[in-house]
Amino acid sequence: MSAELLRVERLSKRFGGFTALQDVDLHVNAGERLGLIGPNGSGKTTMINCISGALYNDEGRIRFAGEDITRLPPFERARLGIARSFQIPRPFRSMSVLENLRIPLEYAARSRTEHRRIDDEAMEVLERIGLKKLAQAPSGSLTQVDMRKLELARALAAKPQLLVSDEAMAGLSSSEVDEILEILFTLNKGGVAVIMIEHIMRAVMRFSERIVVLDAGRKICEGLPDDVCRDREVEKAYLGE
Amino acid sequence: MFRSRADVVFWVVLVAVFLAGLGATYVVKNEYYFTALYGILQAMLMAVAWNILGGFTGYVNFGSAGFFALGAYTVVFLDKALGLPLPLLIVAAALVCGLLGLGVGYLSLRLKGVYFAIATLATAIVLETLITNWRYVGGGRGAYLVAPAEVPFLFSSYVDMLFVVMLALTLGAVAISRYLNASRLGRGLAAIRDDEGAAECAGVPTLRLKLISTTLMGALMGVAGAPYPFFVTFIDPASAFNLFVAVNAIAMPMIGGTAHWLGPVIGAILVGGTQEVVTVTVKAEYSVLVVGIMLVLFITLAPQGIVGLAQKYLRRRK
Repeated sequence: MSAELLRVERLSKRFGGFTALQDVDLHVNAGERLGLIGPNGSGKTTMINCISGALYNDEGRIRFAGEDITRLPPFERARLGIARSFQIPRPFRSMSVLENLRIPLEYAARSRTEHRRIDDEAMEVLERIGLKKLAQAPSGSLTQVDMRKLELARALAAKPQLLVSDEAMAGLSSSEVDEILEILFTLNKGGVAVIMIEHIMRAVMRFSERIVVLDAGRKICEGLPDDVCRDREVEKAYLGE
Repeated sequence: MFRSRADVVFWVVLVAVFLAGLGATYVVKNEYYFTALYGILQAMLMAVAWNILGGFTGYVNFGSAGFFALGAYTVVFLDKALGLPLPLLIVAAALVCGLLGLGVGYLSLRLKGVYFAIATLATAIVLETLITNWRYVGGGRGAYLVAPAEVPFLFSSYVDMLFVVMLALTLGAVAISRYLNASRLGRGLAAIRDDEGAAECAGVPTLRLKLISTTLMGALMGVAGAPYPFFVTFIDPASAFNLFVAVNAIAMPMIGGTAHWLGPVIGAILVGGTQEVVTVTVKAEYSVLVVGIMLVLFITLAPQGIVGLAQKYLRRRK
């Protein structure tokens, strides 16, 4: 078993009177592929917002690479090695695709990047993701699938240890889903742990080594993909009694 | 400083413009030209300052007149209280207004978009009320400032000297803005403008960068206001907090183009120049109309400004 990278302990988050997450435990090992699933409104996005720092949790702690990051702002978490992609792509629209990657290389990965090599490294990332031809294109002009790739490329340019992929495949065609899956597998082989949040079961089941299921803000199941599929609680959460 | 040929060209042009301005004060005897140019340069400096926050960072500031006037009144106060020399007064105005900029920067923690803009306007109104009720600096009646009888160096008049000072300050601000535009810091600001949340997740310390941006904006606007009391020799809140100062500071970058450092410079030359010509040849009141019409035309027909138009044209030719 490889070393533990992320540990979320008894995490709770409330919005006014609504409890989005209640005492959720979660851990990810270095280099692991974790699937995070659950019906709409189960707290998946809140969970990754808490992990990336966009939201602060009310209770519980988050440890990353041995450090307590519970109160760190998002940019410092990015520097430590947590990267995320957004469900709805959020490119820096005034910049070209290549310039989009300069930002994480110059900021999140600054201590790990040689200044002179920034453009080369950005190109290397684009090559790996398959966006090399579009390096000079304005980022606002990309197609949906290329936008998703740019989200992943930008997350990758931060040289993360952990990538949180928030529904990178929603709304894509079957062949495009396979394309994104391939990219995520390649990244993972490079040593990056991945948390995949996804509604497309085919993709999650194929990708994940382990799956965590959330329902109404609680963790209802955790285990191997096949076991999770057969779990009665999970079936109930998705299909009702 | 000289990392590329463009850098060399830029600095050569900058020095040439300064020397030309300096030389003109010895050759041209009609003081009107320097009065007019002073006004355009002051507006350019304000526009460049506004653009650092409004154009590069994407936070619209409606309170430019407040920063300008605070710079002017810092000078009025320190001149009366301590009688400091002009360079020190300018530095003091930069410090005071930079501090106000820092304070306004913290507002950006909670206020975005139009709410931030309204807060900056409110800041200017609060400042105006305070100054209007502050007797020591003249209150609502205003204060007279006597320019020193002796004009330093070889300048033939104090206005000539102020013109050269303003020229140097404006060129300095343009150099800062250009450097910022092409730097790592500038790219961080652009990321904030495009998407603040995504910028933060890419490791950009958004709060720190916004504070740098607002502080720099404030300091430069304070610098623009610092020589103003000596230039007009009479200052009151109504003229110092003039809405027109704020409108010009927004209109010039908008017309020139906000994303590029050259935008506010071109906008200031075009708008300021036209205003001056209209004032002299037609009627002073119409100069206000000029900005309005130009602004409406550019926002509807060329929202990226003149620089944006030029970039589009160049791209198409490629």
